[in-house]
Amino acid sequence: MAIKTEPILLNLGPIHPSTHGVFRMRALVDGEVITDIEPVFGYLHRGIEKLAEQKSYRQFIPLTDRLDYVASMNNNLAYVTAVEKLAGIEVPERAEYIRVIMSEIQRIISHLLGIGSFFNDMGTFFTPFFYMFIQKEKLTDLLEMVSGQRLLFNYMRFGGVSHDLPDEFLPALNTFLKEMPAEIDKYERLLKENEIVLARSKKVGILSPDMAINSSASGPVLRASGIEWDIRKADPYSIYDRFDFDIPTGTVGDCYDRYRVRVEELRQSIRILEQAVAGIPKGKVLNPVPLRFRPPEGEVYSHIESNKGELGFHVISDGSDKPYRLHIRAPSLLNLTALRKMLTGWKIADAIIIFGSIDICVGEVDR
Amino acid sequence: MTVAITGEEVVGTLDKKLKGAVKSVESEGILIQAEKILDIALCVKNNKNLKLDYLVSITGTDYIDYLEVAYLFYSLDNNKRFTLKVRLENKSNPAMPSLTGIWIGAELQEREIYDLFGITFSGHPNMKRIFLWEGFRGHPLRKDFSNGN
Repeated sequence: MAIKTEPILLNLGPIHPSTHGVFRMRALVDGEVITDIEPVFGYLHRGIEKLAEQKSYRQFIPLTDRLDYVASMNNNLAYVTAVEKLAGIEVPERAEYIRVIMSEIQRIISHLLGIGSFFNDMGTFFTPFFYMFIQKEKLTDLLEMVSGQRLLFNYMRFGGVSHDLPDEFLPALNTFLKEMPAEIDKYERLLKENEIVLARSKKVGILSPDMAINSSASGPVLRASGIEWDIRKADPYSIYDRFDFDIPTGTVGDCYDRYRVRVEELRQSIRILEQAVAGIPKGKVLNPVPLRFRPPEGEVYSHIESNKGELGFHVISDGSDKPYRLHIRAPSLLNLTALRKMLTGWKIADAIIIFGSIDICVGEVDR
Repeated sequence: MTVAITGEEVVGTLDKKLKGAVKSVESEGILIQAEKILDIALCVKNNKNLKLDYLVSITGTDYIDYLEVAYLFYSLDNNKRFTLKVRLENKSNPAMPSLTGIWIGAELQEREIYDLFGITFSGHPNMKRIFLWEGFRGHPLRKDFSNGN
């Protein structure tokens, strides 16, 4: 006689190290196997889109920092480019270079954290994470040099950036760029062919290309499934069309591919940074815009390739000094759409890894 | 560059019956009747030339007289974009069909619009609030929503 079993509702989170923030998964489990899952979030919902309608365009810049808080520079960039497009504001050449430098530094920080915490989820508790944190700290120091902040930078302005680079910035960045490739090689030596890593992440949590497109996935998650789509190439913003870099893609779409894509993107970001540092011109960094300015009536959707995927700002202006409506297309939220499909059928221990490989930031999911 | 497909180009690919559902044609999109959105979305997705197979973003807006929902699509192969818009005049009980049957990418975004604007999407597998808790009164992104200040 077969043993009678019944599914159990298991609650993962909202406060749990593996959920990367206040995020909850209601999982229906049959033994150890997940049969259904529902993501539950909103714990960090601050009504940022409503706040935008109550603040002037300029006042909203610091709030964008608080979306994906390891992508503050990219959030700044996405928002200011959207408003610049709406209002037709020009940006000085030097500021464009500085923006690209900041954006790529931010991408390296985010990917280092993403990879590091992915290995935490896999059980290599904090050793790889702290190797990556050593480098991440150097970059945080760099961003602190230019903005005075270590997490929420509020650095970009309409028409440029708030301050020029301090004199010691570029030499320090150059030192970092010289050291970093060897550091990445070190991570690779430790982790790339590690048997446990391979066993636990290869062929786990596969997201097929069709499903990736259908579920509006973007960023490394989409590219790991083999879709070559990067907004820096597809629809170059700022001055990305001037730089030479590749779009790394995966072939299988499993957790291992998502990790590999992020590592390769570290190298590509270093390539972009090297070119940007070599080419940065002298000049002013800000075309001043009045504190309270009124963009013409109209709407604009502007997008950038943020660390986690396509970050878009849909700004609607009614001609006043506040946005009439501001919608944020958050990559972390949309990358969660396929979560149910990716987790169903896997064991709980795998679910943690699959979820970690998506690399979300709850600040952006909940807004 | 992701080039915008003009409204005329897309209307040209629709058959006669669906052309009647187009309310107005804009430079980068079309405004259509809400109840025909599934047919038109399927059309632009499956059309070999358009291939708008990637649903990027859904934005709700409260224009006081009506609610507007804007769907942005990409064609990843052709590197093009296109916007479909829908207006709902019935603000007391706005409803329209859900796109989740065609793109599961619509699932969380439609729930977000339900939560913040109160638009019900029929055919959605899990139509409930996403950020706010069940029992919350009102829909915060409506212009007449008061947060007590």
